[in-house]
Amino acid sequence: MANRSRNIPIKHIIGFVTSVVLTFVAAWTALRSNLPVMWVIISILVLAVIQAAIQLFLFMHLTERGAGNTPWNMMFHGAVLAAIIVAGSLFTMSFGFM
Amino acid sequence: MGLDEFFVTGEPLIYAGMVAIVLVSGAIIFLLTYFKKWKWLWREWLTSVDHKKIGIMYILSALAMLFRAGTDALMMRTQLAFPDMNFLDAQHYNEIFTTHGTIMIFFMAMPFLIGLMNIVVPLQIGARDFAFPYVNALSFWSFFFGAMLFNVSFVIGGSPDAGWTSYTPLAGAAMSPGPGQNFYLLGLQLSGIGTLATGINLMVTILKMRAPGMTLFKMPIFTWSTLITSFIITFAFPILTVALALMTVDRIFGSQFFTLTGEGLPMMWANLFWMWGHPEVYIVILPAFGIFSEVIATFAKKRLFGYNVMVWSLILIAGLSFLVWVHHFFTMGAGAFVNSVFSVSTMAIAVPTGVKIFNWLATLYKSKIKTTTAMMWALAFIPSFTIGGITGVMLGMAAADYQFHNSYFLIAHFHYVLVAGTVFGCFAGLVYWYPKMFGHTLNERIGKWSFWLFVIGFHVCFLPQYFLGLDGMPRRVFHVVPEWFNLNVISTIGAFGMGLGFAVFVYNIYYSYRHSEREKTGDPWDARTLEWATTTPVPEYNFAVIPHVKSHDAYWDMKQKGETIYDESKLEPIHMPNSTGRPFIMMAILAFTGFALVFEWIWLAVAGLIGALVIMGIRSFDYDEGYHISVEDIKRTERSARGQSHELR
Repeated sequence: MANRSRNIPIKHIIGFVTSVVLTFVAAWTALRSNLPVMWVIISILVLAVIQAAIQLFLFMHLTERGAGNTPWNMMFHGAVLAAIIVAGSLFTMSFGFM
Repeated sequence: MGLDEFFVTGEPLIYAGMVAIVLVSGAIIFLLTYFKKWKWLWREWLTSVDHKKIGIMYILSALAMLFRAGTDALMMRTQLAFPDMNFLDAQHYNEIFTTHGTIMIFFMAMPFLIGLMNIVVPLQIGARDFAFPYVNALSFWSFFFGAMLFNVSFVIGGSPDAGWTSYTPLAGAAMSPGPGQNFYLLGLQLSGIGTLATGINLMVTILKMRAPGMTLFKMPIFTWSTLITSFIITFAFPILTVALALMTVDRIFGSQFFTLTGEGLPMMWANLFWMWGHPEVYIVILPAFGIFSEVIATFAKKRLFGYNVMVWSLILIAGLSFLVWVHHFFTMGAGAFVNSVFSVSTMAIAVPTGVKIFNWLATLYKSKIKTTTAMMWALAFIPSFTIGGITGVMLGMAAADYQFHNSYFLIAHFHYVLVAGTVFGCFAGLVYWYPKMFGHTLNERIGKWSFWLFVIGFHVCFLPQYFLGLDGMPRRVFHVVPEWFNLNVISTIGAFGMGLGFAVFVYNIYYSYRHSEREKTGDPWDARTLEWATTTPVPEYNFAVIPHVKSHDAYWDMKQKGETIYDESKLEPIHMPNSTGRPFIMMAILAFTGFALVFEWIWLAVAGLIGALVIMGIRSFDYDEGYHISVEDIKRTERSARGQSHELR
């Protein structure tokens, strides 16, 4: 801790700015772009994947050594949970109309 | 907006509440000024990052919230005691059952347990603080200000009145205009930040900061339950955060996620709410299971029976808790197949829970039970909780649930699990760890009085409610008919018994502070786990020398071999974090932001958000390295703490 470098964390700044920009692009696509609904959905999904990649590689220590399997472990559980939320919601909320 | 719209008017009980608030706040300000304690309050408490002090603040706040929501409960029971009572009107009754439920879950049960985790977990694993002490302070203040934001609603703006589940479309802007529901959304959102941060914080603390030698399967069971709970928090709370945010956007900015118009899906709220809500009930019960396991093992003087199975059943319960949420709304009509799937998964949870019940019984079997107050809470828990569990299985059968749904049978069921599980657990934990926190035990005689009053009151209050439900009394009605009179009046008597039990409990805190013998050994119960190896009061650094753990029940084995954790030759300077006022200030600003959003004063809210961002920016450039405690200081502290109790070894 004592010899923390005070260099400008260029990687983090790039990541931060990119993620903010991506967020604004996604909001603009949904609110103002006049694209067909399907294209809006596809483009915000693509933006979301890029966003997630930026978070994982620039901020979430995925590239760091020494963390072992922990990040992958948490990502696995997160993915399972996301699957439960999406599939479970479709399953229960479709009321037999699917 | 006139002042008469800002303040709640026309209700004598609420005027009385306002007077009480003014008097109590005035008294506190006067006392702090008179005894010149402002500086002490700021330096020792409000800016502290010490997990023990934060834990105590959590528990004090939770007790205050228990009082507030308990008063709500007594007012409800008074209204329901006799047919056609006019103690509360319909609107006031709606507000009170909403705040009762919300406060009990979010601002009583969770902070009480998190408070105990705060104090106990670092001590149990031989750590000097949380992994992120600064974040821990941030968590506490986010909970505290969230709770205050929610609580102020009953005098300013009006309380939410759509139930603690806040179902749309009723809770939407069209059917509940005004600030009430916004208080619910923003109060919970603010405190949710803290809960999520605590979940991550505890997870990292337990995974990374255990004493050398303490493998995962040598951890005390309370630490295990905390770890599992942290996982549930981290995975479940984002769902609530998103759902709350969507409804906030719906109400304040006019989107249509949960509305009846514009292709909104009102039942999606119920779906998301219970996706979080079911794991939430395990967030408040698993730590209680952990507490009971510790208490039972200590006072049965045995190693916990089936420790490994206990851990695995915790993990299994946690996993299953994400797969059962639909049983809260079987009657939505998702169809027979959907309901059957969730009916089966619900009943599967009874298996690991049953395993735990039998393990506790097996721990007690042929043991020499010491019936201290803490142990009595634990012993009362087992049969009471089992009744709640069995009726839970009844509710879990989808076909039968169409009869039980939203009746008093349900009310009785979840009070049997939440009071007999969580509240008994909180009391057991507080009594058990009280000497570690405050340096004296609670008086046993008065403690048993409060125990018997509360437990008997509890059964008298809630057992009749099962039968009221079978007699067809629905929840959330404010007038009872004569057919339900007998059981209701019994239930109300029981509720006041519980109130009396709580009053005696609080009196016991005062009485013991004045009269209890000061505790000097650090281990008044002859207990088994590492937290009891520290001296009382626990020094700010917890462990002068980090202990080496060789077995489960580490301290018990040390005592058998006549070892202590202290070795003067191994002392090194200890690195500690500095106190900081920023978490307090940041969360105060965010509470102000939330308050502005409640009244939809957008520009004021934007100003508040900018203020919070500025504080976060300042934090980003914070090069505070903490400080070191010198070996000399440690020696002095340890000698004075240990010199009185037993000679240095």
